[in-house]
Amino acid sequence: MAKAAAKTNAASPSVERRPALAGRAVSAAGVKVEILPPAERISLRAPQASLAALSKALGVTLPAKPKTSATKGGRTALWLGPDEWLIIDEAGKDPLADCAKVSALHSAVGISHRNVAISVTGPAAAVTVNAGCPQDLSLDAFPVGAASRTILGKSEIVLMRTAADAFRVECWRSLSDYVFTLLSEAASDAAN
Amino acid sequence: MNAAFRIPGAGRLSQAKTASFSFDDKSYTGIEGDTLASALLANGVHLVGRSFKYHRPRGFLSAGAEEPNALVQIVRDDARKTPNVRATVQELYDGLTANSQNRWPSLAFDVGAVNDIASPLFSAGFYYKTFMWPKSAWKNLYEPKIRAAAGLGVSPDKPDPDHYAARYAHCEVLVLGGGAAGIAAALAAAETGARVILADEQAEFGGSLRFESGAKIDGENGYSWAQAAVAKLKAMDNVRVLSRTTAFGYYAQNFVGLVERVSDHLKSPGRELARERLWQVRARRVVIATGAIERHMVFANNDRPGVMLASAARTYLNHFGVAVGRNVGVYTANDSAYAAAIDLKKAGVNVAAIVDLRDNPSGPVIDEARALGIEINFGRAVVSAGGKLRVSSMTVQPKNGGGERTIPVDAILMSAGWTPSVHLFSQSRGKVAFNDETKRFVPGTYAQDCVSVGACNGTDGLSATVDEAYAAGAKAAKDAGAKTGKGIKPKVDASESWSRGMLGAAPGAGPGTTVKAFVDFQNDVTAKDIRQAVHEGMRSIEHVKRFTTNGMATDQGKTSNMHGLAIAAEELGKPIPQVGLTTFRAPYTPVTFGSIVGHARGALFDPTRRTATHGWAASHGAVFEDVGQWKRAWYFPKAGEDMHAAVDRECVTVRKTAGLFDASTLGKIEVVGPDAAKFMELLYTNPWEKLEPGRCRYGIMLREDGFIYDDGVVGRLAPDRFHVTTTTGGAPRVMHHMEDYLQTEFPHLNVWLTSITEQWAVIAVQGPKSRDIIAPLVEGIDMSDEALPHMSVREGRICGVPTRLFRMSFTGERGFEVNVPADYGEAVWEALWAEGQKHGAAAYGTETMHVLRAEKGYIIVGQDTDGTVTPNDAGLDWAVGKKKTDFVGIRGLARPDLVAKGRKQLVGLKTKDPKVVLEEGAQIVADPKQAIPMKMIGHVTSSYWSENCGRSIALALVAGGRDRMGETLYVPMPNGTIEVEVTGMVFVDEKGERLNG
Repeated sequence: MAKAAAKTNAASPSVERRPALAGRAVSAAGVKVEILPPAERISLRAPQASLAALSKALGVTLPAKPKTSATKGGRTALWLGPDEWLIIDEAGKDPLADCAKVSALHSAVGISHRNVAISVTGPAAAVTVNAGCPQDLSLDAFPVGAASRTILGKSEIVLMRTAADAFRVECWRSLSDYVFTLLSEAASDAAN
Repeated sequence: MNAAFRIPGAGRLSQAKTASFSFDDKSYTGIEGDTLASALLANGVHLVGRSFKYHRPRGFLSAGAEEPNALVQIVRDDARKTPNVRATVQELYDGLTANSQNRWPSLAFDVGAVNDIASPLFSAGFYYKTFMWPKSAWKNLYEPKIRAAAGLGVSPDKPDPDHYAARYAHCEVLVLGGGAAGIAAALAAAETGARVILADEQAEFGGSLRFESGAKIDGENGYSWAQAAVAKLKAMDNVRVLSRTTAFGYYAQNFVGLVERVSDHLKSPGRELARERLWQVRARRVVIATGAIERHMVFANNDRPGVMLASAARTYLNHFGVAVGRNVGVYTANDSAYAAAIDLKKAGVNVAAIVDLRDNPSGPVIDEARALGIEINFGRAVVSAGGKLRVSSMTVQPKNGGGERTIPVDAILMSAGWTPSVHLFSQSRGKVAFNDETKRFVPGTYAQDCVSVGACNGTDGLSATVDEAYAAGAKAAKDAGAKTGKGIKPKVDASESWSRGMLGAAPGAGPGTTVKAFVDFQNDVTAKDIRQAVHEGMRSIEHVKRFTTNGMATDQGKTSNMHGLAIAAEELGKPIPQVGLTTFRAPYTPVTFGSIVGHARGALFDPTRRTATHGWAASHGAVFEDVGQWKRAWYFPKAGEDMHAAVDRECVTVRKTAGLFDASTLGKIEVVGPDAAKFMELLYTNPWEKLEPGRCRYGIMLREDGFIYDDGVVGRLAPDRFHVTTTTGGAPRVMHHMEDYLQTEFPHLNVWLTSITEQWAVIAVQGPKSRDIIAPLVEGIDMSDEALPHMSVREGRICGVPTRLFRMSFTGERGFEVNVPADYGEAVWEALWAEGQKHGAAAYGTETMHVLRAEKGYIIVGQDTDGTVTPNDAGLDWAVGKKKTDFVGIRGLARPDLVAKGRKQLVGLKTKDPKVVLEEGAQIVADPKQAIPMKMIGHVTSSYWSENCGRSIALALVAGGRDRMGETLYVPMPNGTIEVEVTGMVFVDEKGERLNG
C-alpha cells in the first residue's frame, strides 16, 4: 500500500498544538466529564484476509465481533463495522506508520486530529451518557471493553466502556463543544 | 387550625404540616400531601373554573388525571405561568399561587356566561355552520374572538426559565401503573432479578387502594401494603421506581415515553433540579396496569360544582381526610358509589339519599348502607341538579316517569360504572374487544410484547387482579429471559368488587330532551349534541366525535368517550361495537413542550461547529455567518468599515498582494485503495486514471439524472490515494452518496472512504504574494512554478507541522491551500499571518471569497446551480470526459430534454448602469413591454459589487444564454426595469494569466 504522509522524525513543530477544549472538565455528583489529551488515531478499513497481517503490525488483534474492542500496550482497536476499525494509540506511537509496512490490502487514514476524546467517569457515568445515547449501557449489554459507533443527542459519537464506571466518548473536533456541553448538562441531572 | 371540611382522624396526611396557598388572590391553608383540589375542598371551595364554551361554573369531577373541569393556572413568577393544570393532580406546596381560567371579570360573575343562555346558538357543529362568511372575518374577527371567548388558560409570554432533562433506559419489564396490579406485577418480575421499571403518575403508589378502605392484603390495609411493597422494590438494585411519572406514549417495539415531574411539587426547586425528565424506555416486556376510570351519570346540570365521581369523594375522604360536603346525595347505577356513601356516613357526613337507577340490586354494600340508616331509592333517577355556583339539590323521579321530589344536598356523588383504561394498550396498536356482558371495551388482540392486568384488562375484584398481575409479572420476566423468581405472591384478605353500570344518558336526558346533560365536560358536549350530530347525518363515531368535539379536549374523553358512543349507538339503532371506538392517541395526558425538547435548547438546540481558527478570527473582528452548522468568518471589518467597505478592501487586497482565508469547512474525503481511480472515474464526470500523483483536478459529480450534485478539487496523493474536497454544505451527503454507490453498485471495487473534513485545517493563501508568504515556512517542498505548478499537491512540512500543500485557486490569483492537522491550524494561521503582514496581506471572509470567484466565473454548486443544471448548462462541458463510457449520470445526460436547444445556460450579466447591483433571484425577461404575466427566460444566480471591476457583476441562468452574447435583456423590479447585457462569465483576467502572476 502507498504510504500516507507517514510521520517522519524530521523537524519538530515550531508552532504550538492547540487541542479543542483542552483541559475542560466538569464534576457533578457521581460523575466527572473531562477532555482527554490528544492521541494518535487511524481509521482502518480492511477485508478479512488482511486482518492477521494488520493485527501483527499494530500489535493488537483486531476484534471481529460487533460492539467489541481490544487493547494492548496503550493501543486500542475498536470494531466499528465488518471491515472498519478505529485505532486509538495513547502511548505516543504512530499506528499509521505501522500500517504503512503492511502490504496486505487495507486503507489506513490518519484522523488523530479529527476526533476529540471525552471521558465520563463515576457511578453515574452510564446515566449521564444515556441522557443522549439510546443504547442499553448495562454491564450485561455493554460490558467493559464494549465499543460502538452511536449517537449522543444530535452528534455521532464512538462510545467505549473503559471500566465499569468509565466511558470514553469520541466525537469530531467541531462537535466536541456540543458533546461536552450536553454531557455536562446531563451530568448535573444524573445523580438526581 | 383546621379547614372547615377537614375531618379530624380521617385520611393519611399529617395535620401538623400546613402549607398556605392562594386561589384567585384569596389565601387558604392546606396540609402537606394535599393536592390543590383536596386543599380547596377542605376549605369548602368547589367552584374553580368556567367551562370552555358556555362558561358554566365548574368544580371538581375527579381526584385524578382524568379531570376535565378543574383546570387552573399555576403561577410561580412572571415566566412560570402554567395554564390548564389539573388541580386534582397538582400537589400543594407552601406558597402555591393558582388562578381560575376563562372568566371575566370574576369566577363567580362571568360575563361570558351569557353563552349559556344563548346556547341554542352554539349547538353542535356551530363552528362549521356559523363562521363561514365573509372570508375576511376569519382572520380579524372570528378566530381572535372565539379564541378569547372559548379559551382555556393563558400561555406564558416569556422564555421558559426551567430546564428539562432526558434519559434513555432499558429494562426487561416495564410496569405502567402503580396500583395493586402494577405493584404485584413488579414484585413478581423483580424477584427474578430482571431489570424492572415501575412507573405511576401519582405522588404516592397505591392507585385505587388510596380510597378502597375495604382492601386488605397480607394482613395489612391495602394502602399500607402498597407502601411497604414499593419500599421493598425501591431497595432492590434491579428495580427503578418512578413516581409522578406518566406513561404518555406507547410506540413501536415496546418503546414507551414517560414524563417524570421532578420539581413541580416543590416550593422552591433548586437550579440543579430539572422541572421534568423525559424517559424513553425500551422494554422487552410491558405490563399495563393502568386501572379503570369511573364514569359520571349523564343527567341535567350534572356539571354543577359539587357534583362529582363517587370514587373522587371517597379519595378526598379516605386519603386526604376531606369531606366534599355536609349533606351529600348519591346517584348511581352500580355498587361502587355505595362504598363512598358508607365511608362518608361513617365519617359523620349526612347522606341525604342514595338514588339507584337499578330496580332491585342486592349485595353486601347495599345491606351495609341500609344498616347505617341511609335512605335508598331503587329504580329512580336524578333528573336534575339544582343550584348554580354550587349544587343545592337533586330532583328525583321514578325512572319511568312520575312525581318528582327535590332533595336538598350540597354534593352529589355519582357512578355510572368503570371504564377500563385501555389508552396505552390501544396506542400499542392493540385492538380492543367489546364485552357485551359487561358493556366495556377490553384488550383484545395484542400487537406488541405487552400484557394488560387488573381493572384495565376488565378483571374485577382485588384478589383476581393480584393473582393475574403477579402471574403476568413473573411471565413477563421469564419471557424476557430472566430466571424463575422465588417470591411469595401477595395474599388478598379482603377485597371490594363491583362491575357493570350503565352507558349513555340517564332518564330525563334521553331522546327528545333538551336539557344540559353533559357527556364531555371539558368541551361542553351534551347528550343532545351527540344526538343532533346523528340527526345531521354523522354515522361514524369518528365523524360524531369531530362534529361535536366529544372527547377531543385535553382530557381525551377519559370520562366521556363511552357515554358519547352509547348515545350515538342508541340514536343510530346499532350495537356499540358496530359504531366503533375512536382511536386512542398519545399523549395520555398533556405533555409539556419542555419535556419533549429536553436538553436541546440554547447552545444544545443544534451543534454549533467552529473551525480551529475561530478564536483568531473572533479576536480580529470577524463577523460570522452561519453555513449549515458551521460558523464561518464572513468579513473582517476594520474600525469604521461597514460590510461593503470591508469586502471591497479585502477583494482589492487579495488581487493586489494576498489574502488569508479559512477554508477548513470544505468537505474532505480520503479515497484509498487499489481501485481508487476506478471508483473516481465512476463517481465523477472527469477522467482520473491518467491524473499523475501530485496533481489535482477540478471534479464534477452528477446525480443519476445528469444534474450537477457537487464539485470540488481533487488531489491525487498516490496511485491509490485521493484527497477529495467537496462543498461545505455537501460534505455529509456527498460522503453518503459515494458510500451508497460503493456499497450497492460498485461493491467489487477495493476502495474505502474516510471523512477527513475535521482532520485538516485548511488555510487558503491567495494572491500575487502568496508564495512569498508561504515559502519561508515550508520545508521539503520545492515551491517553484516548475516543481509545483498550478493544480498540484505536495506533502511536506510547514512550521514543522505535516502539511498537504495544494497549489490551487478559487480566486483566479496564484494560490495555495495549506492543509495542516486541525490542532495546529490556528498556530500555523498565525505564522502565515505574520508573514502576510510583511506583504500587506488581508484576512478575508466568505463574502470576499464569493465575489472573487464570481469575478472569475467560478460557480458555487447550490447557488449557481439548483439541481436542474447540467455541466453543459454551467459551461463546464470541458470537465466531462468525452471518452468515458460510464459514470454516475452518463445516461441522464443523454436524455432528450437535457440535450435539447434552449436550455437555461449560465452566463454573465452586466447592468447598463454599472452602479446598479442586481438582486440574486431576480427574474429576467426579453421584452419588458409584454403583458403580465411576462415570459421569464431566466434568473440571476449570483450578483455582487466588484471593486476590482469598478462595477457590478452578475451570473445568471438564461434560456439559450450562450447564443445571446451581447443581447440586451431586462430585469423587471418593483422600482423599475433594469437593462442588462449578456456577457461571458469571466470578468477578471479572461486569459487566466494571474494564476501564475
